[in-house]
Order: sequence, then structure tokens, then C-alpha cells
Amino acid sequence: MAETLHEISLTVNGVVREVKVPGRRLLSDCLRHELGLTGTHVGCEHGVCGCCTVLLDGDPVRSCLTFAVSVDGHEITTVEGLSGPDGSLSPVQRAFSECHALQCGFCTPGFLCTVTALLRDNPTPADDEVVEGISGNLCRCTGYQNIVKAVHRAAELMGDEA
Amino acid sequence: MKPPAFDYHAPRGLGEALEVLAGAGPHGKVLAGGQSLIPLLNMRLASPSHLVDINRVAELDTLVVADGGVRVGALARHAAVERSSSVARAQPLLRTALKLVAHPVIRNRGTVIGSLVHADPSAELPAVLTVLSGSVRLARHGGGERDVPAGAFFTGPLESAVEPGELAVSAFFPSLPPRTGSAFCEVARRHGDYAMAGAAAVVGLDEDLRIVSAKVACVSVGPVPVLLEMSEVCAHRPAASVDWAAVAASVRERIDPEGDIHATAAYRRHLTGVLAERALRIAAQEAAGEQGREGLDG
Repeated sequence: MAETLHEISLTVNGVVREVKVPGRRLLSDCLRHELGLTGTHVGCEHGVCGCCTVLLDGDPVRSCLTFAVSVDGHEITTVEGLSGPDGSLSPVQRAFSECHALQCGFCTPGFLCTVTALLRDNPTPADDEVVEGISGNLCRCTGYQNIVKAVHRAAELMGDEA
Repeated sequence: MKPPAFDYHAPRGLGEALEVLAGAGPHGKVLAGGQSLIPLLNMRLASPSHLVDINRVAELDTLVVADGGVRVGALARHAAVERSSSVARAQPLLRTALKLVAHPVIRNRGTVIGSLVHADPSAELPAVLTVLSGSVRLARHGGGERDVPAGAFFTGPLESAVEPGELAVSAFFPSLPPRTGSAFCEVARRHGDYAMAGAAAVVGLDEDLRIVSAKVACVSVGPVPVLLEMSEVCAHRPAASVDWAAVAASVRERIDPEGDIHATAAYRRHLTGVLAERALRIAAQEAAGEQGREGLDG
């Protein structure tokens, strides 16, 4: 028997997108498969690794632990929506690049979304606040040192631009 | 790692939610934050035929400080409860424990009631509800509401008193009387992970700062949070002259942890003694500080 499809409307990176999904479609899969936004990475699919983190109405959440139907009508920002309209990198993205805060890059979209929200809520975080803020994102390459540096650098860049 | 198929329901009001749940009976499951349920679905450890998504039931998104405590509605996210300064004033143990629940990103979506109903004996919030003698309010279609005290709410690992067709609509965390302090201490292998051992403590002092009441709720050492009455062991003494080694020994004697891949039973027993003692000492200090502040105010 075919599964019931639900018509939902998501505002993704500022654009209203209408899709039909079964109730069990994870937001991560909806973004990647239905909407073709493959920047959101899927690592563990049980909420541990943080690669799939996106912003839901501005707050970081695990898209692999959210059903697309549950967030019908809400605003989603993915890594594709962090850069400027002209494609210029956001301060957080620039800082990650400058500080060599990524190697293989698989975890990076999740870090970028998490850190974007972290610095919005706390523009000048202390070291321990940075570590607490990114504690739910795993990186197997960098050892985190450069990621922590990048968060501080992003805070500087944002401060300069403000 | 994809969830099994289910019939999805998205009620807009509490009455409708209860009606749908009643119809689904034992095959229905409630979805709120989903931070425990969706991993279980993704790993196919659970496969309910009906999922009742309460995220649109606005009347459950409540957080009220009144009547001597904090009443948390079924849609209040961990993050909202953690950030509320009125909650922190009325029941500071909630914020203390919430900071230990998973990671900030999980807490943006997860709910306090969800953590209680999930009833993981390693989780912080069931221990908090237990040590505070709080309660959970359950509602069912056409059947009114019932309040279940924490002691009767947790019935086994991942098992609670919620019956098929029932919805946990809120939980009540009582405030503490004056000169009473609380604390939560735990040790986990990884930050934000379930604790290998931990203890929530509440200590009350008399006017001469002698301990008159003390209890701990221990996590990860039994099928449900293990509540231990510690008043007698603390022997009506000021914190500084309590025989703390005897307190830790008493805790170790009264628990029966199991070993697993994360920790042996013997290590859990030892650790729980250390953490219970530590939490009781901090709670006693908090309680004394409370009187100090009152003295300054008065």
C-alpha cells in the first residue's frame, strides 16, 4: 500500500518550497532528496554527530531528528543559505577558511549553522562557551583547536562589520 | 537508518489530540521534541502505527511559575525552561540539571515532559522529578486528568505510568522550602552523553544550619531513579561535622548497579558514592547560602 503523502510548505533559505512527503520523511532527507540541497550532511542519523544541523526559525536543530511534516510552515536555513545573495562567504564561513577549521569538510555545514546561531546569541563568547556551544558537533579531522580559533575569529569579523 | 512507516496525525488542539490518541490505543505514540523517539524510530527499535504530533497544540506550550513550584507544559522545550529566570528562581535544580541534558542543539528541540515520559534511568530529569517529589499530569479522552507522583511514575527502564491513550500534559516541580539547597553531579564518558553515574540531592537545614533533611536520587544504578533518604546518616549535624565517608558508604550499600560496556558495577557503585556525597555537600552549602542571603536582605 502506498504511503500517504502530506503537502507541506517550507521557507528554505528565504524561498517558499512546496513538497509532498510521507510522514516519516526526515527533514534532512527532505532537504537533500526533495529539495536538492545536499549541503546538509547526514552522518549518524541518530542525533550524535551534528553534521545535519540546520537552523529552524533561527535556532540550530538536528534535521535528522525532525520530521519534515512537523515543521510545515516554518523557516529553515541550511548551509546554502548562510552566504550572501552574491555568493560571498559569511563571516563564520570566512573565519573557518582563514583558520583552517576544516579538513575533509563533512562536518563543516553542521558547525557553520551551529556557530552562526551561537555568535548571534553570544557575539563575544569565552573559550568555555565556545566549547560548550560546539559540544554537539563531532569533527574527526581537526582536533577542534582550529574550529575554536575560527569561532573567535568569526566573532572578530562580525564585530568589525557591525 | 530510516524510520518505519506510520500514520501521521497533527491535531490542532488538546481535545483533538486526546481523541486521536484514544483511537490509536496501544499502537499510538506521541511526538513532541522527538529527540529520543526519532532515534528509536531511525534505529527501528520502535515502530508505532500511529504517530500523534502535538507540536501544533498551542495550549501545551506553557511554562508557569505558581502555586509553590514550576508547572512545565508538554511542549516546553528544554532550552526555554533552562533560559527562564523565573523558573531558575523558583526551582534552580531544573536549570542545573538541564545544562547536563545532551547538547544545546538537542535542547532547542527536546522537551522536559518528553524526557520524563521516555523514562531513561540514566537521564537527569527523571532524577530531578524524583528528588523533588514532583508529579506528572496525565489526560485522556473523556476521562479527565490524573496526577501521578514521581515515585509511581517511573515503572521501569523506558517505562512509565502513562497508559495507552493517555497524554502527559504537564509536570510539576515543587519549589524548595527556605534554607533548602539542591545540586546535581554526574560523570559521563563524553560531554552531553548519558551519565555512568550521577546524583540529584536536596538538603534542608534548621536555624542553626544543622541538616534536618537530606535525600538523593541516583541515576544509572537501577531500572528507575533510585531515591535514598539520607537524613539519618547526616545525623542532624552541620555539614562541616557530618561523617561524609559514612554517607558515601551508606549510598554504596543501598544501590545495586549493573555493569555494562561503559562501566563495571563496582565502578558505578564507587562513583555513585562519590557523586552523592559531592551533591549533598553542595546542596548543604547552597542551603546555608540561602540563609546568608536572607540575612543580608532582611
